[in-house]
Amino acid sequence: MNSNGPNCLHSPALRDYLLDHAYDEMIGSDGHVRPHYRALMDAMLALSPEELLKRKQSADLSFLTQGITFTVYGREEGTERIFPYDLFPRIITNAEWVNISKGLTQRITALNMFLRDIYHEGKILSDGVVPRELVYSCRHFRRQMRGMQVPRNVYIAVAGTDLLRMNDGEFVVLEDNLRVPSGVSYMLTNRRLMRRSFPQLFLNSGVQPVEQYTQALSSTLRSVSPEGRSEPTIVLLTPGIYNSAYFEHTYLARQMGIELVEGRDLVIHDNIVYMRTTAGLKRVDVIYRRVDDDFIDPLVFRSDSGLGAAGLFNAYRAGNVTLANAFGTGVADDKAIYAYVPAIIRYYLTEDPVLNNVETYLMTDPAMRQHTLQNLDKLVVKAVGESGGYGMLIGPHSTAEEREEFKRRIEAEPRNYIAQPTLSFSRSPCLIGDRIEPRHVDLRPYILFGDKVTIVPGGLTRVALEKGSLVVNSSQGGGSKDTWVLNR
Amino acid sequence: MLSRVADCLYWMSRDLERAEHTLRLLDVNMGLMLDRSSVSVDDRWKRTLHALGKPEGVTWEGDLYKLGYALTLDGDIPSSVRSCIVSARENARRVREQISTEQWQRLNRLFLNVTTPRDPRDAENYLSEFIPAVLDGIHLFQGVTDTTMTHGEGWQFIQVGRFIERASATASLIEVYHYDLLGAAARMEEHSEYLELLGLLRSCTAFEAYCKVYTADLNYDRILDFIVLNAEFPHSLRYSIDCLQQGLAAIDRGSGRHPADDLMRLMGRLQSSLGFMQISEMLTQDAGLYLRTIVRQCREIHELIYQRYIHYSVHAALAD
Repeated sequence: MNSNGPNCLHSPALRDYLLDHAYDEMIGSDGHVRPHYRALMDAMLALSPEELLKRKQSADLSFLTQGITFTVYGREEGTERIFPYDLFPRIITNAEWVNISKGLTQRITALNMFLRDIYHEGKILSDGVVPRELVYSCRHFRRQMRGMQVPRNVYIAVAGTDLLRMNDGEFVVLEDNLRVPSGVSYMLTNRRLMRRSFPQLFLNSGVQPVEQYTQALSSTLRSVSPEGRSEPTIVLLTPGIYNSAYFEHTYLARQMGIELVEGRDLVIHDNIVYMRTTAGLKRVDVIYRRVDDDFIDPLVFRSDSGLGAAGLFNAYRAGNVTLANAFGTGVADDKAIYAYVPAIIRYYLTEDPVLNNVETYLMTDPAMRQHTLQNLDKLVVKAVGESGGYGMLIGPHSTAEEREEFKRRIEAEPRNYIAQPTLSFSRSPCLIGDRIEPRHVDLRPYILFGDKVTIVPGGLTRVALEKGSLVVNSSQGGGSKDTWVLNR
Repeated sequence: MLSRVADCLYWMSRDLERAEHTLRLLDVNMGLMLDRSSVSVDDRWKRTLHALGKPEGVTWEGDLYKLGYALTLDGDIPSSVRSCIVSARENARRVREQISTEQWQRLNRLFLNVTTPRDPRDAENYLSEFIPAVLDGIHLFQGVTDTTMTHGEGWQFIQVGRFIERASATASLIEVYHYDLLGAAARMEEHSEYLELLGLLRSCTAFEAYCKVYTADLNYDRILDFIVLNAEFPHSLRYSIDCLQQGLAAIDRGSGRHPADDLMRLMGRLQSSLGFMQISEMLTQDAGLYLRTIVRQCREIHELIYQRYIHYSVHAALAD
């Protein structure tokens, strides 16, 4: 079979591969396989359906026996499930990646400067670029951070930014995850599994590696350690085994060779953080925390939290320990602030954004609100402080009652909502049974910001495995696949 | 090592040892019940429950399989085999990155076995297969623990958990039998005493090992000598206490702190009392009291381990 001609599309495996207006990652608008997908497509079509099924099953089994699972909430003991995985990799060309990487570097640099600014002089607010009340009314704004110096001015050390590819092939930013982004362990395990399932493909394709991520994370964390601590002790703080990302926490801790601690392992005395070990108390210098702001210190934030450690914030304020990410980074990924990120980039860097935003309507703006309320059936409405697909109205799939409900909520609390057009984003080939079918995908690259910016090539491609679905979240039928960034 | 990790490994190991002990007592007594013995069925099971430390929520009501179910598969009984294995697996999950994949897989398999839904009314049909299968699983876990895990601090805590549980359980078991057997010899018919002694030996997996030393001539004094004072038999009290001492000494050496004086003193006293004792000496004293003292000392050692390695006060640690 030869994919250079259009004939390959008549292969039985591709019988259900129907194109529509959405951008297709593999097949160009001329109906031909894009050049960078040709080798992969040939290799996939050369395998028999039985062979594909066999490799898929052995990959699934490997996930299960290694315990690579996430927790589904709502059951008594917490049910463990494997994260659905697709064997057909998604390919990004080197040129596309160079552009993405430039855009993400620009974005994280500007957002860090923004956080530094709003917790100190607030110039951007005085200059009227971002409305002051928008910042101060944000649920994730932490007044405790005002005037506080953080090491290297790094607020966001680890970010995961969600990108979508639009109909014209352009990548746009859907949202930034600047608090405790997760999923990077799936990027790493997907790659390991892929190398095992298709070793010969890797040899010929020239895929850029991602395995250096844990080492980069570890040196990023080291670079933000408190001054004067030359051999810093780094730990990963997890909420514990019932957290949906617990597997990832154990995985990263093991890969970095650092202790995985829970709040109760930490003791704070005289503003110094220690962990309880069998050899006595051991001082902790950097905490890569996977616990939300709200739960991290019952003395400062939610007093009913049992996940954090009392006194941690004061130790942090005293400069004796670094937390990554800092407190209060949630302001910068608030969905209303998001609309201002292009302006924020222009303000601090005097450059135009490399990656565009999705068009966003602020409900605090009367004209935009009016427009939204009249077009609720066509738009997507999101609560500003939520993530993971919660608190959303998807207009075209909503009922009249739901729209009525959101109308009421928007009018009651305009600051709490934004609206966006219903997006049509790209689709990528997936193995569904013994066929190859297109499914919608997004892309979450992971950005590390310490003494320098590091972005491992690729990231996590999340797939809406249900036909026609636009929801990629793992809690709602989403899966993932390996993401290849090519060398040339 | 984090104190919480040590805590998890210690209890993972203790819980599995306890599950193994419960299964064995159940297995042995179910077997012996079939023979005529001077001990009535009622007394036999009451004694077994006594040896297990009178588990909460379990009583002998005359139905063997009801009791068997309660001790093995009842999730509402905190010391049932099922509860022990579920909690061991939970502890292992908390420290998944500290144990080997082989250990994790064995324990996971045990967990899947004991949590398979089973009807209590059918216990008669599956208990005879269930018990040896789970015992095998636990032995496998202990085997891979010793062969695949680094024998560092974590492994030492596993050893400490295993042998402190074994020592206290064995001491309780012997104590319960001791009162039944002592002085009762005259009343018993010859073959039924034999069955009782056999039951005691089997409860400690000691029958074959005993025969190698003393032949099948079962004599209470010798049996006691063997399961209390033998230095080489892995279920004897002396052996268990020796292993406990070795584990604690290794942890103490590795901690890099000033020596754990209180703990090692108590440990050393217990160890030498077993090491330098003769069985005739023990029998002329109150042997029951002596065995109870061993159980109490194990409890004290447990508390000192916690005071030193797990729940120490911050001020004491900072002064250290």
